[in-house]
Amino acid sequence: MNMALLFDGSLIVLILAVAVWTMAVRNSFAAVIGYATYGLLLALAWVRLAAVDAALTEAAIGGGLTSVLLIRAVVRLRSSESAARAETPGRVSRLLAAVLAGSVTAALALVVLTLPEPAPTLAPQVAANIASTSLGNAVTGVLLSFRAIDTLLEAVVLVFALIAVWTLTPDPLWGGRPGPRYELDENGMLAYLARLLPPLGIVVAVYVLWVGADLPGGKFQAGTLLAAMWLLAIMAGLVEAPPISQRWLRGALVLGTVVFLAIGFAGVPLAGAFLAYPEGHAKPLIIAIEAASMLSIALTLGLLVLGPPERGA
Amino acid sequence: MNTLPTLLPEATSAGGYLLVLALVLPFVGVLAALTLGGRHARAVAMLALPLGLVLSLAIVVEAVRSGQTLVYLLGGWAPPLGIALRADGLSAVMLLTTAVILLAVACFAHADFAAPAAGGEARRPFMFWTLLLAMWGSLNTVFLAGDLFTLYVALELLGFAGVPLVCLEERPETLQAALRYLLFALIGSVLYMLGAVLLYGAYGTLDIARLATLVRPEPAAFAAAALMTVGLLAKTALFPLHLWLPPAHAGAPAAASAVLSALTVKGSFFLVIRLWLDVMPGIVTPAAGQLLAACGAAAIFVGNVVALRQKRLKLLIAYSTVAQIGYLFLMFPLAAGLSALQLPTAPAVTGGMLQAISHATAKAAMFMGAGLIYSTLGHDRIADLRGVGRQLPMTMLAFALGGVALIGLPPSGGFMAKWLLLAAALTTGQWWWVVVLVLGGLLTSFYVFIVLVRAMAAVDVPLTPKIVVPRHREAVVLALAGLSFLLGCVALLPLDVVQIGRPALLPAGLQ
Repeated sequence: MNMALLFDGSLIVLILAVAVWTMAVRNSFAAVIGYATYGLLLALAWVRLAAVDAALTEAAIGGGLTSVLLIRAVVRLRSSESAARAETPGRVSRLLAAVLAGSVTAALALVVLTLPEPAPTLAPQVAANIASTSLGNAVTGVLLSFRAIDTLLEAVVLVFALIAVWTLTPDPLWGGRPGPRYELDENGMLAYLARLLPPLGIVVAVYVLWVGADLPGGKFQAGTLLAAMWLLAIMAGLVEAPPISQRWLRGALVLGTVVFLAIGFAGVPLAGAFLAYPEGHAKPLIIAIEAASMLSIALTLGLLVLGPPERGA
Repeated sequence: MNTLPTLLPEATSAGGYLLVLALVLPFVGVLAALTLGGRHARAVAMLALPLGLVLSLAIVVEAVRSGQTLVYLLGGWAPPLGIALRADGLSAVMLLTTAVILLAVACFAHADFAAPAAGGEARRPFMFWTLLLAMWGSLNTVFLAGDLFTLYVALELLGFAGVPLVCLEERPETLQAALRYLLFALIGSVLYMLGAVLLYGAYGTLDIARLATLVRPEPAAFAAAALMTVGLLAKTALFPLHLWLPPAHAGAPAAASAVLSALTVKGSFFLVIRLWLDVMPGIVTPAAGQLLAACGAAAIFVGNVVALRQKRLKLLIAYSTVAQIGYLFLMFPLAAGLSALQLPTAPAVTGGMLQAISHATAKAAMFMGAGLIYSTLGHDRIADLRGVGRQLPMTMLAFALGGVALIGLPPSGGFMAKWLLLAAALTTGQWWWVVVLVLGGLLTSFYVFIVLVRAMAAVDVPLTPKIVVPRHREAVVLALAGLSFLLGCVALLPLDVVQIGRPALLPAGLQ
């Protein structure tokens, strides 16, 4: 047995064990920690599958931002946790759910074994056409050129999700600031970290965005990192969350999509189709879209984690 | 290992740019409404919706003129590497229906969701107009996308536009209904996604037209079909996955209920049609078609019977939606039966689509009518509707016309739809669906008449309305109901628009 197989086997066992533990553990906070660990382990699995772009995203979202969101939810639900526990479905319905989920999983596993080997793939076609974009990273090529419409619509999904979260604002607080007011503790650890990390985080984010053209990385990973830095500064009490009615905030939220759409429409006269790039100019245009989108994604993700307004402007 | 299909290369068709505009316009509206702020959100919607109506009319005209599916290759990349937008007859009529109904809803809601006179932005109007545009864009994406992953994104968009519409009113029960809807929608998306992943793993493409030529009867395709169908049924609220729908649709404001009931559930239904008739007709078994329609039949009975027992008008209309969704699924075994006899599937498919459009217009009118009744009386208890007929004559006429369409009496769209389905059932010898169609119509007529009789009952003292409803709002409701009433006249048209770009016979398999 070689080392790689041993590593992969242990990883799979570990992922399954953490998943089961996350579901079985009764304490919500412990479950969240389990879930964050699960996200990081999945990111490792993506690395082993040579999908580094997916790994970065999984680590940032599954292991990072989602955990912050869930921890805040746990803290907020603490007072009603015992009431919720009383509503837990009975043994029979839980058993039925387990049987249903188990049989779907088993069926899926069997079906996956029947899939053709080697898997049919569009990778050769991507490789043959990537030159037209002058990009080195095939994933970025697929996301911003061949399947650009999906990426454009995904950005719109994020905006929709934020609008959905904002619907939960109590009417009198509309236009107010999301989240609680965090008190600054000048000598605290959090304030120290919030002063130390963001400059580094911003540099790394810009680097991740820049190399995304040729190496794994890109706007989503970079935007997540920026969002994390912003949230750190807010939670340390160094900066305040902005009121959601601010015009600059709204503008920044849609900036990425607007730039994407504008360049997409410019493609009609310049390159013959919506979302096409003029010959030889693909790379700078794609980087422009990525840079604008990074800012919008960072803001949207940060505001999604902060939730609906809870206090006046 | 050459699995890449050898289809004729596609090219962007003459009117293809219309598809891009129809796709992008609503989203531009959302971005503009969000940036300009709540005071302008309504103006943006009122500007974009008529434009969208003109666009969808142009797409229908272009499809009829060319007699072919309109295609636009995004970025100039042909599938399977790139993504194509496609509008066949099915897409074109749904685009038009959506634009008409949304414009009517916007005219109806104009006064309900005005920005505060004091200035600034208020939550309800800002949300309503932004979400209306969002819903429109999501539906157009569902109708136009030719790629299974783009359609997944469209489903996500649809969910995130629909869920907040449910909880526009800040009440605990609407929040609970919205949360339940969200869970159903998310589970549906995950199942759909799993299926799409399996199909890519097996065939190496996500393009619908290409998959149709590649899919073979094998475990991966069966599993994908099952997963995606169940996921879409959860979103469409087909019995027994309907539990989320009544509280969600009954708790929303009238204009939002109209959109959710008339259009949102049709989005996921549209994808079931795409999947069963366009992606994998070759592998769907007759038993599966019968099972789907059996769920539909159960929905018709359960929905109608539970509707009869409702005490509140909005809940009655919501349960009626559960029943009417059931009719939509009768088309699958009928199309299969026709195809087995080497007959064109047009009657079954057109019948199903007419049912979808007829229900959309009738139900939008009925929910908005219920909203007017609620504002007039201050309640919507069916037992206490007496006298409302004199107060809101146009609304009650609209309710009656919409009811006629739901029951399926001539010359309504519902009649034409059920006539086509009945004829297909008789031709193919599937008499049991005839029984379902007839009994369903009978049950529907009970609750329509109960409401009408109560509302039309004579009163000694005319009731004093809580709010006097302006006539133009009643007129919008009546216009939409009139449309559903006269929809059966499409039979007089020389051309069946739905069939543009469709093969007359299904490939072997669904037989």
